[in-house]
Amino acid sequence: MDPFTTHTGTALPLRRSNVDTDQIIPAVYLKRVTRSGFEDGLFAAWRKDPDFVLNKSEHAGADVLVAGPDFGTGSSREHAVWALQNYGFKVVIGSRFGDIFRSNSGKSGLLIAVVDQADVERLWDLVEADPATPVTIDLGARTVSAGGSTFDFQIDDYTRWRLMEGLDDIALTLRHADAIDEFETRRASFLPQTLPARTAG
Amino acid sequence: MGRTLSEKVWDNHVVRHAEGEPDLLYIDLHLVHEVTSPQAFDGLRQAGRRVRRPDLTLATEDHNTPTLDIDRPIADPVSRTQVETLRRNAEEFGIRIHSLGDKDQGVVHIIGPQLGVTQPGMTVVCGDSHTSTHGAFGAIAFGIGTSEVEHVLATQTLPQARPRTMAVNVSGRLPEGVTAKDLVLALIAKVGTGGGQGHIVEYRGEAIEALSMEGRMTICNMSIEWGAKAGMIAPDQTTFDYLKGRPHAPQGADWDAAVAYWSTLRTDDDATFDVEVDLDASSLTPFVTWGTNPGQGVPLGASVPDPDQFDDEVDRSAAERALQYMGLDAGTPMREIAVDTVFLGSCTNGRIEDLRLAASVIQGRKVAEGVRMLVVPGSARVRLQAEVEGLDKVFTEAGAEWRAAGCSMCLGMNPDQLAPGERAASTSNRNFEGRQGKGGRTHLVSPAVAAATAVVGTLSAPSDL
Ligand code: SF4
Repeated sequence: MDPFTTHTGTALPLRRSNVDTDQIIPAVYLKRVTRSGFEDGLFAAWRKDPDFVLNKSEHAGADVLVAGPDFGTGSSREHAVWALQNYGFKVVIGSRFGDIFRSNSGKSGLLIAVVDQADVERLWDLVEADPATPVTIDLGARTVSAGGSTFDFQIDDYTRWRLMEGLDDIALTLRHADAIDEFETRRASFLPQTLPARTAG
Repeated sequence: MGRTLSEKVWDNHVVRHAEGEPDLLYIDLHLVHEVTSPQAFDGLRQAGRRVRRPDLTLATEDHNTPTLDIDRPIADPVSRTQVETLRRNAEEFGIRIHSLGDKDQGVVHIIGPQLGVTQPGMTVVCGDSHTSTHGAFGAIAFGIGTSEVEHVLATQTLPQARPRTMAVNVSGRLPEGVTAKDLVLALIAKVGTGGGQGHIVEYRGEAIEALSMEGRMTICNMSIEWGAKAGMIAPDQTTFDYLKGRPHAPQGADWDAAVAYWSTLRTDDDATFDVEVDLDASSLTPFVTWGTNPGQGVPLGASVPDPDQFDDEVDRSAAERALQYMGLDAGTPMREIAVDTVFLGSCTNGRIEDLRLAASVIQGRKVAEGVRMLVVPGSARVRLQAEVEGLDKVFTEAGAEWRAAGCSMCLGMNPDQLAPGERAASTSNRNFEGRQGKGGRTHLVSPAVAAATAVVGTLSAPSDL
């Protein structure tokens, strides 16, 4: 994971509430065996509609998603996070999120910025009026800035620290590689190993 | 103060403990299958990481694999790709794999114990919720998500918050004809599908001690169905006897050292659990489900309940929805419910004792007209053993289908599925809507009830024959 300190990009206004993980990526797209390539399933049911905001040329290249309340509710599929990241999104701003989606995002390095719904509305208005409006997310200061105003967002301390350090869970654990090495010297000799294979013949 | 079994095993695996952070737990065995692992391996590749301990990792193919024509390429291209991807990943990362056609292939939770790689006092994980099965040996065993699969592959550890402890005390003896499956279904009906949330459960008491290892696995398998993080049973002579001589069981001086250690894995007399639940085994009868979650069950001799009899509003509306989905009327005696299909198999009841029990019921009888019975051994070895004992003949002569090993109709990812509206008596563990095929209806039953039901055509016990 790359360390996340600040990010400036353009924003996609998704004026919908209760976008559950089935809408973010339908089950039919989950059969892939890689962690990449899920962008084709992102919001699949709506992509056919040329008026869907993701299809609008003025929003091409947007990498900050400004979502409605209760984004990412539903199933635990990590594919929902992967689909957003594979498409190019770095940050999702919204007022309420599904719990599991939020925790999966933290694991994968997608920043979830929780703001007041009034600020969401303000951002929607701003970027609809001018899609080129730069939006800056400062994780250190926990602020979102756009169109001359700045407001706070919420994120828990532990996730914020991990994202700023650019540490996924694995990298974090590997900081304690010495402790793992040391633990392994203490494991009992009778514990089983799968290699070399022994079989009943 | 004394410690419980789970606390002893947990403490033995803490690599690092820091205030305000989850414990970092060492993982002794990581089981891998084709469905939840591809993204984890892909993640390793992208980060340039290796599998830290291929020698503590074991892969097999089970969820997606066909149970017919297993010597031919898998017909469904999507399933085939997933299986082939696992094979490539196992090769690239140096992991042992038991592929379709191999004698040690089978449902991941059946082959671990069978090979003897599941042992008392271990930590066992797998990207599959029924990993709780392995707790029958006195191991802490639980299911994990794909990110966690990658984490274990890379580090052989997992950060985990310490769960609370619970005891299920089962007194008395199971009456003749009542099995471990009936016991656990009755337990879930009593405590509800969320009853174990956040807890590692220890099953104990006379009825548990009297169970075979296979019966114990059936109980621990279904721990997840009532929300428990894991289920465990203290190892004893039954456990040691089961393990002795298994391919990966310790040998010689290691065996003695292991048994000495395993014998310490008991809850101390002065230890306390956060929660205790009591159940009397001697009053149990065969148990079956009527609804769409494993907690919606009743004794076979009872009737489909009336949703109005539930005091709780959530339970009542869940019951109403379930009856509608299941196409059942309140008050119908369970014994009058006719099935189209009987599925004998899965990691809950796909072991040799399950097949022996069902075969003893069906021997010399015929599967009822219009009923299809699928017998799917949990592993290739279970299948071979059954064939040595002639059980395959008993089943096929009765008119049942004898299949190759795998998850099969437990989740219907392969072609073994219920058609919409079809009704099954199934020895598996989940009766969720659509679990065994879109629109399919599932009644969870024991192997004995499954066999009797196949003969009669309606939900039945061997005593009805
Ligand atoms: S048999 Fe069923 S419950 Fe067991 S691992 Fe396979 S799909 Fe899961």
